[in-house]
Amino acid sequence: MRTAGWRNRDHPSYWAFLVHRVSGLALALFLPLHFWALGQAIAGQAALDDFLRWTEQPLLRASEVALVFLLAAHLAGGLRLLLVEFVGWHRQAPRSWVAVAAGVALFCALTFALNLY
Amino acid sequence: MSARGETRLWLAQRASAAVLALCVLVHLATMIVAVNGGLTAADILGRTRGNPAWAAFYAVFVAAVAIHAPIGLRTIASEWLQWRGRGADACWLVVGVALFVIGLRAVAAVVL
Repeated sequence: MRTAGWRNRDHPSYWAFLVHRVSGLALALFLPLHFWALGQAIAGQAALDDFLRWTEQPLLRASEVALVFLLAAHLAGGLRLLLVEFVGWHRQAPRSWVAVAAGVALFCALTFALNLY
Repeated sequence: MSARGETRLWLAQRASAAVLALCVLVHLATMIVAVNGGLTAADILGRTRGNPAWAAFYAVFVAAVAIHAPIGLRTIASEWLQWRGRGADACWLVVGVALFVIGLRAVAAVVL
């Protein structure tokens, strides 16, 4: 039933699953670009510096902060999954872990932003 | 794919996740400390060039991510796009190998 399906989604575990999946997807799409960017160093330090200067645009800097948030969120969500699957954590309030994961991701992104700007 | 194959992929996903958990912790801490007002090539290469410990760390990081990411994408494509079967699996294998190759190229670029 459609209504019941949506009702099942109103649960911290569903949102943890969705954030983990969307963050993983975004990180996987970003990876080839990240590897290509670091590969610029093959042509020398100046080539990498040219690329890094290009990334100083405000929108790109904001994207870097968002990527740090996504990476930290995916890490926290992944640790939660490993604990649920291998340590049987589902009996012990995974709801609080969702809040902890959100806090860790926000903390990492804000600390990175403070150091970046 | 056979049930045994699916189980192996599930295990590979979890084993690579455990390795990545440590790698990502180090990566996040390094980024937060190193970014300090913006990155320069001298900052990055000064830390990594000629350093065998960073070379080994990033090589392990790339290997783990080249296993982890394609298996995750395969699951998403299968569940959200119903894209599955031998052709899809072959594509994800190519994605994994490509990530491994361009990842190692990036590692070589910053450590050699």
